[in-house]
Amino acid sequence: MAEIMYWEAIRRAHDEEMERDPLVICMGEDIGVAGGTYKATKGLYEKYGAERVIDTPISENGYTGLGIGASFLGVRPIIEIMSVNFAWLAMDQLFNSAAKVRFMSGGQLTAPVVVRSAGGTAHQLGAQHSARMEKVFMGIAGLRVVTPSSPRQAYGLLKSAVRCDDPVYINEHELMYNMKGEVPDEEYFHPLEGSEVAREGSDVTLFGYNVSVHWCVQAAQTLAKQYGINAEVVDLYALAPLDRAGIAASVRKTHRAVIVEEAEPAVGVGAEVMAIINEECFLELDAAPVRVSAANVPMPYNHGLEKAAIPNAGDVVAAVRKMFGK
Amino acid sequence: MNVADKKRLLREMLFARRFEERCYEAYVERKIGGFLHLYPGQEACCHGVLEAARPGHDYVITGYRDHVHAIKCGADPKEVMAELYAKETGSSKGRGGSMHIFDTKHHFMGGYALVGGPFPLAAGMAKAVKMKGGDEIAICFLGDAANNQGTFHESLNMAKLWELPVLYVCENNLYGIGTRIDRSTAVIDQYKRVAGYNIPSAQEDGQDIEKVFKAAKKAVDHVRSGNGPYFLELMTYRYRGHSMSDSNAYRSKKEERMWSDRDPIIMLRDRLIKAGEMSKDDYKAMDTELLDEIENDIIAFAESSPEPRVDELERYVFADNDPWVYGGGR
Repeated sequence: MAEIMYWEAIRRAHDEEMERDPLVICMGEDIGVAGGTYKATKGLYEKYGAERVIDTPISENGYTGLGIGASFLGVRPIIEIMSVNFAWLAMDQLFNSAAKVRFMSGGQLTAPVVVRSAGGTAHQLGAQHSARMEKVFMGIAGLRVVTPSSPRQAYGLLKSAVRCDDPVYINEHELMYNMKGEVPDEEYFHPLEGSEVAREGSDVTLFGYNVSVHWCVQAAQTLAKQYGINAEVVDLYALAPLDRAGIAASVRKTHRAVIVEEAEPAVGVGAEVMAIINEECFLELDAAPVRVSAANVPMPYNHGLEKAAIPNAGDVVAAVRKMFGK
Repeated sequence: MNVADKKRLLREMLFARRFEERCYEAYVERKIGGFLHLYPGQEACCHGVLEAARPGHDYVITGYRDHVHAIKCGADPKEVMAELYAKETGSSKGRGGSMHIFDTKHHFMGGYALVGGPFPLAAGMAKAVKMKGGDEIAICFLGDAANNQGTFHESLNMAKLWELPVLYVCENNLYGIGTRIDRSTAVIDQYKRVAGYNIPSAQEDGQDIEKVFKAAKKAVDHVRSGNGPYFLELMTYRYRGHSMSDSNAYRSKKEERMWSDRDPIIMLRDRLIKAGEMSKDDYKAMDTELLDEIENDIIAFAESSPEPRVDELERYVFADNDPWVYGGGR
C-alpha cells in the first residue's frame, strides 16, 4: 500500500477510469493544458487528448449542462468545478436537470455525471471563495453527495462515482489536496453510502466529514489523554443519503453525540444528524446532542477573524468537556 | 416534398392541432393538472424541421411546450395523453406531466421546464454523438425568450468552439410568457444574435411548412455534414396564452387575426385544394377521422389507465440496486 497525496489519488482514479472506458471524459476550467488548479488531472491531457480532457470556458452552468447532456447518451463525464463557490452558477443544471431527469422521465433517462469541486475555507480567500456548500447539495433529492476525508476515500469514491448510474457530487477540500495517506495498490471502490468509524470509542460520538473528521480525531486524542474521555469518531463520507443506521448504531453505543461541521450551522449536516438521532434513537441519549459549527458570517479576509469563524479541534474538545461537565 | 408528403404533413399537423385542443378541454374538465402549454399556431415549425431531419434517429430536446415534438419523433399519442392524465401508462409513468414528456426509445430526450435549460443539454448530446462517431444530430427547439438566458450564450459558444453537431431551432412566437419581444430583447431578429459566435443562421417564415422544410433541410445538411452548429429562427405565433393560467390579455385582436389569417394548416390545406389534390370534403373527412381517433382511442386509453401506485412513490429517484453504490457489489 503506497502513501500518496489526495490530489494524486484523484488523478489516479481519473486515469484508471479513462484508460478502461473511452467514454469517460473530464472537463472543467484549466484542467487540460494547465493540468488542473489542484493537479487532479495532471498529465491526462497529454495522454488522452483534447476530445476527452476538455478545457472549458468559464461557463459553469453551461459546461455542467453540456456534461449532463453527454451523459444522457452514455458518456461518463467527470466535471471539475474549480471552486465550490462557482458551483452556485451550475445549480440550475445540476439540480433541475441531473438530479431530476430520472424521476421525471419515469426512469427512461439518467444523468451519470460526476461533479467534483473544491470546497471549504483555505487561507484568507474571503467571502466569495470560502463557501461550504455541502448543505445545499445534500438537500436535493436525486443527487448523491460524498465527501472524502482521505486519499483512500478520494480515490475509491471517485472510482465508484464514475461507474454509478446516478449523478454524484464529490465535495473535496481546498486544504486537503496535499494531504498524504495510504491508498491500496490494487483497484479499490469505496461505497457511496454508509459511514466509517475512524476511531473506536465508548463515551461520546464525534461525527465529522471531510476536513472535520481530522479535527474530531485530534480532539479525541486530547480527550483521551487529558480528560479520560474515550470518544468515537464517525466519518460521514456520504452526506446524501446519510447513513441513518450507522449514526444510530454509534449513538446507541456511546449515548452522546457532537456533530462537527466546517459550515454555518443553519440547515446543515449538524442539524440533519441531530434530526436523525431524534428520529432513530432519542431515548438512548444521555445528553442533548451538540453542534460545533462555523460562525454565521460571510468568511472574513482578516486572518484572525477567519480563524475565529471556523471551528477547530479545540472547539470540539471544549464542547465535549462542557457536555461532561469537565 | 411531394404531394403524398404534403398530405401526410397536413394530417399530422391537423392531428397535432386537434390533440392540443382536446388537451385544453381536458384541462378545463380538470382531467389534466399542473401547467399546460399548448402548441396551436406553431405546428409548421416542429413538423417542417423534423420532416427535414430524421425523427426517431436524431436526438430532439425542447422546453415545456413539448407534446407535439414528442409525437412527431414517434411517441405514441396515447402515452402522451396518459402522461397528461398522470397515469402509470403515461410516457413518463405519470411522474413528469405536460412539461416533462420523454420518449427515449424514439430519441425524444425530453421537455424541460426551466427556460433555456435544454441549450447545454443539446450541446452535450451532440458532444456524445461526436465522440461515439454516429451520424445523428442533436436538435433543440426553444422559444425566442430562452435566448435571454445565460445558457443560450454559454452553449452557442461551446457548440461553435468544439464544432458540435447541434441544430438550434428558435420558434419565435414574439412573446416570452406575456411580455412582447421588443419589451424584453434588445435585438429583435434572433438569428442576428448568433453572429457573435460565428454560427451560421437563417430566419424563415414559420407558418409556411414548405418554407420551413426547405430552410431546415439546409440547416440539417449543414450540421449532419460535420460543419458544426446551425441556428434557425422561425417566425410564428401561438394562438393561446403562454399556459392555461394566462388570460392572454396582452395581445390585440388585430394582431391575433393577422396571424390566424396565416394559419399553417389552412395555408397548406388551401394549397392542396387549389392544386386539385384534395377537396374540402376530403379535409372534413380527415378531420372527423382524427377527432374520432383522439376521442375513442387516445382519450379512452388515458381515461381507463391506472394511476401510479403510491407505494412506488420513491422509485426512479436513484437507479435500482446499482452495485457501485456499495463499492462494486456486496
